[in-house]
Amino acid sequence: MTTVERVRRAVALVLPPLLLGVVFLVAWQSWINISHVQPYVVPRPSEIWTSFVNDFELVRRASVVTGMNALVGLVLGSLFGFGIAVLTNRFEVASELVNPLAITIAAVPAVVIVGVLNNMYSLDSQIPRRIMVTISVFFVVFVQVVKGLRQNDATQMELMRSYAATPRQTLRKVRLPNTMPFFFTGVRTAAPLALIIALVSEYFGGTQDGLGSKISGTLSGSNKALGFAYVLGGALVGLIFFAGSNLLEYLVVPWRRRTRSR
Amino acid sequence: MENSMSNPNDPVVIAGVRKIFNQGKPNQVDALIDIDLTVRAGEFVSLIGPSGCGKSTLLRLIADLLQPSAGTITINGKSAHQARVDQDYGMAFQQSGLFEWRTVARNIELPLELKGWDKAKRRARAVEMLELVKLPEFADHYPWQLSGGMQQRVAIARALAAHPGLLLMDEPFGALDEMTREHMQAELLRICAAAGTTVVFVTHSIPEAVYLADRVVVMSPRPGRITTVVDVALGRDRDELTREASGFFGKVTEVREALRGIELSLEARGIEDR
Repeated sequence: MTTVERVRRAVALVLPPLLLGVVFLVAWQSWINISHVQPYVVPRPSEIWTSFVNDFELVRRASVVTGMNALVGLVLGSLFGFGIAVLTNRFEVASELVNPLAITIAAVPAVVIVGVLNNMYSLDSQIPRRIMVTISVFFVVFVQVVKGLRQNDATQMELMRSYAATPRQTLRKVRLPNTMPFFFTGVRTAAPLALIIALVSEYFGGTQDGLGSKISGTLSGSNKALGFAYVLGGALVGLIFFAGSNLLEYLVVPWRRRTRSR
Repeated sequence: MENSMSNPNDPVVIAGVRKIFNQGKPNQVDALIDIDLTVRAGEFVSLIGPSGCGKSTLLRLIADLLQPSAGTITINGKSAHQARVDQDYGMAFQQSGLFEWRTVARNIELPLELKGWDKAKRRARAVEMLELVKLPEFADHYPWQLSGGMQQRVAIARALAAHPGLLLMDEPFGALDEMTREHMQAELLRICAAAGTTVVFVTHSIPEAVYLADRVVVMSPRPGRITTVVDVALGRDRDELTREASGFFGKVTEVREALRGIELSLEARGIEDR
């Protein structure tokens, strides 16, 4: 592929959604201009942007707090989800024990747990929120990895038997690599969930320094533009999570790059 | 059948083997009965027969992926189990079974890795094997970047990587188009002749069985057993002209008639083959 072609393809890929976004913002702006909606009801995009730039430090600080909670929970939840799935796959009994348990716990309206946890930790602690995110992420990743560990190619398994490979070798050399795409599907699904849970768990008390409390605080007041600027901050954190999990998959699962390199 | 001629150190000696699935249960299947077969060093034997005749089961018994219900299987003078542990044989299937997260070279290295070879030695052997199957420039490609025929050649290279004296193949060319298939057959003969490899080859293609084999073992289902062994005797130097020689057609006809006989007897017994 020549450089010109590459640039042309990149533009073709990026331009349509970009245009759609611009059209959306222009429509929003003009709608408020034409229909005289008061700025304390819905702000104009231009006002949100001004607020975002002027109060960037406020938005950044709140985003870092919530982003860190989500990130810590995402990493821990992914590691636990992966590790426990592998363990349950290794020991049949454990899987019969854990799977129904996992489903039952997943059915509990999870954020409620944060209320309980808040009573167990000091008021300025972020730990309850991080635990909450960890639990939510855990289930998503766990379910995917269990699925991946079960989907083995019959020919590959027969080959490993013909090599007289030990169960441990088969796990390391076949089951785990085979599971990586499933693991990353789980992580990619869990990444936005982690952020949502981190935001929502701020509604259950504790320190008021994260995006969730700032958004609910400012949006109920009259400075709607700042409230939306916080929302924009949350959206940017979400984007970083999305890009980050995709990049990680690209690096760890190089054999799946086909769609990108073709 | 030919036990009198067999030597205990022949690559494959099968004596009085029987394989029954779900023994004692209502869905009991006599997959194989009374199997006696000896494969001599450097010999190429094709197993052919209608579906359900147990040809793939027999191959898996030789490979110790299944255990016989009765009888003995000796590989290179030792038990089938020991032969598997020692990686005395290489195996290839209809699906290439390449590991998609490994490059072509690292796929070929896998059996060597499991044997504990060091990295440099493994890589050198992988390069050698890729030369053999004429794919030296694809060492660092991933399997999905290769065509079906090329993937199958990599699978054969992997099966032969540890230089086993015995190659077990279960319809390895079954999923390939006719042109690729004929090309692969010729390649396989060339590769095995160069290394003096003994081959047991399961197929349901009559011309393939005849073109490749020194002996074609014809099997029949319900219960699975050997009915005829056709000596092909077309000599070692087979090429594309072999496929058009009259001797070749004669042997194809002989195998076809043996299979036809099986079909007729099944019909007479009122057993539907499909």
